[in-house]
Amino acid sequence: MSESVALAPMSKAWQRHTLRQKMARTALWLVIAIAVMLSLRSINVIWEFLWDAPEQMMDMGRRMWPPDMAYYPKTVHAALMETFHIATLGTLFSMVFALPLSILAAHNITPHKGLNLFAKTMLVSSRSVNSLVWALLFVAVFGPGPLAGAVAIAFRSIGFVGKLLGEALEEVHFGAIEALKAAGATQTSQILYGYWPAVKPAFWSIMLLRWDINIRESSVLGLVGAGGLGMVMNAAIDTFQWNRVAVILLTIFAVVVIGEVVVTFFRRRLI
Amino acid sequence: MAVVLSIKGLTKSYKPGVPVLKGIDLDFEERGLTAIIGSSGTGKSTLIRIINRLVDPSDGSILFKGLELSSIEGRHLREARRRIGMVFQEYNLVERLSVMENLLTGRLGYVSPMNAWRRKFPPEDVAHALELLDVIGLADFAHQRADSLSGGQRQRVGIARALMQRPEILLADEPTSSLDPKTSVEIMDLLKSQGVNNGIPVVVNIHDVELARRFADRIVGMTGGRVVFDGPPDQLSDDHLKLIYGGEGWLQ
Repeated sequence: MSESVALAPMSKAWQRHTLRQKMARTALWLVIAIAVMLSLRSINVIWEFLWDAPEQMMDMGRRMWPPDMAYYPKTVHAALMETFHIATLGTLFSMVFALPLSILAAHNITPHKGLNLFAKTMLVSSRSVNSLVWALLFVAVFGPGPLAGAVAIAFRSIGFVGKLLGEALEEVHFGAIEALKAAGATQTSQILYGYWPAVKPAFWSIMLLRWDINIRESSVLGLVGAGGLGMVMNAAIDTFQWNRVAVILLTIFAVVVIGEVVVTFFRRRLI
Repeated sequence: MAVVLSIKGLTKSYKPGVPVLKGIDLDFEERGLTAIIGSSGTGKSTLIRIINRLVDPSDGSILFKGLELSSIEGRHLREARRRIGMVFQEYNLVERLSVMENLLTGRLGYVSPMNAWRRKFPPEDVAHALELLDVIGLADFAHQRADSLSGGQRQRVGIARALMQRPEILLADEPTSSLDPKTSVEIMDLLKSQGVNNGIPVVVNIHDVELARRFADRIVGMTGGRVVFDGPPDQLSDDHLKLIYGGEGWLQ
């Protein structure tokens, strides 16, 4: 009797993984190792260039130094303002489309599978295309300049804002909505009085986050001709004026840091 | 007394073949507090939610002042719901809105969404809300956010919101289940007195038998989706309670 009790812990020794799990994990690591090797082979590393890289970097750094600060007031500042406008207008524009789409995508507000699918497809297509690719398309449509940039930013942001907002709407506690329904409120009133107050902090937080991302994205859109800092940077790189490139990079860095600070400040107030 | 609400042959199955309500017949007269008691899962909540169609019935009739509620949809359903006040176990307030705004949501069935959004409610609604805030003893809380209130305060707001509708019947689904004993008594007291003052019937789901006995004019006992007791509180015996809840150990 007492013997079996003493033996019990031995037979019930705890192990984190079963043998099968251990084998599966080893196999997974093997697959990852093989995948890394295969992809290294396929990207065709030119080893001479790779060994050379530190030297090249030093060289580029030397050419960038000192940054051509005088270039900032002449050209960079105007381009920076354009970048701000592209990001801000694009974000606002995306909001107009993302709001109705997020409502259609949230299955608790729109209990219609077809409409949910439609909205989700729209949101996914918006997200599946990179801002730069959207910009290429809209440069072809509107011609080069900030308009193409703003529309590209908007189209990329619709998916982001719509998806996150749609998910926030789906997580709204059902109780308050049920109470409004019981009082005879229309669907519109339910959205305005039940859903909106509940998702408002999330909404502003999403918009600020997207604005932050858009500032960064719109500073490179100029590479494909869609206005803003990227256009100036492209011109400087093409003419090997690395001192100017340095100023532009510093500007982008400063803007991203400032954007981060501003967004953090407002988010704390909103939530 | 005239019958306000008449339920006949009401059944409900969420899953086919598994009825939760198995043929309920109940009449509610124009005043008095009715307490529906029964163990959890016996269909009390379903029954009360079917009255204002938060849950759709499978079969049967719900006649409310000559209006058949079981089959109406859309605008007619919304207009019927305006006349039925409801109080919830978890209060179901809009947490991030002020107490005043929560009270005014009781008028959403009457005010257009656009005016409601701009907080343009008729002056008489605002006056009514201020009056009700006095009645529930929260006159100083009009501007406080609902999520800053205690449970008892929230439930008072929930009751005031329902009264904002100037309802012709008041339903309450386990209004005291999340509250301490003292607050529960205060909430039942408020429901009872508001029913009397407004001359409307009050129907309360409750699982506290003592509270039901103390405040109800009539007790309906349910078990297994059927009504097994229907009468004044003084006729509710231990035998009835055994029938309603099963077992007897808990009665000692």
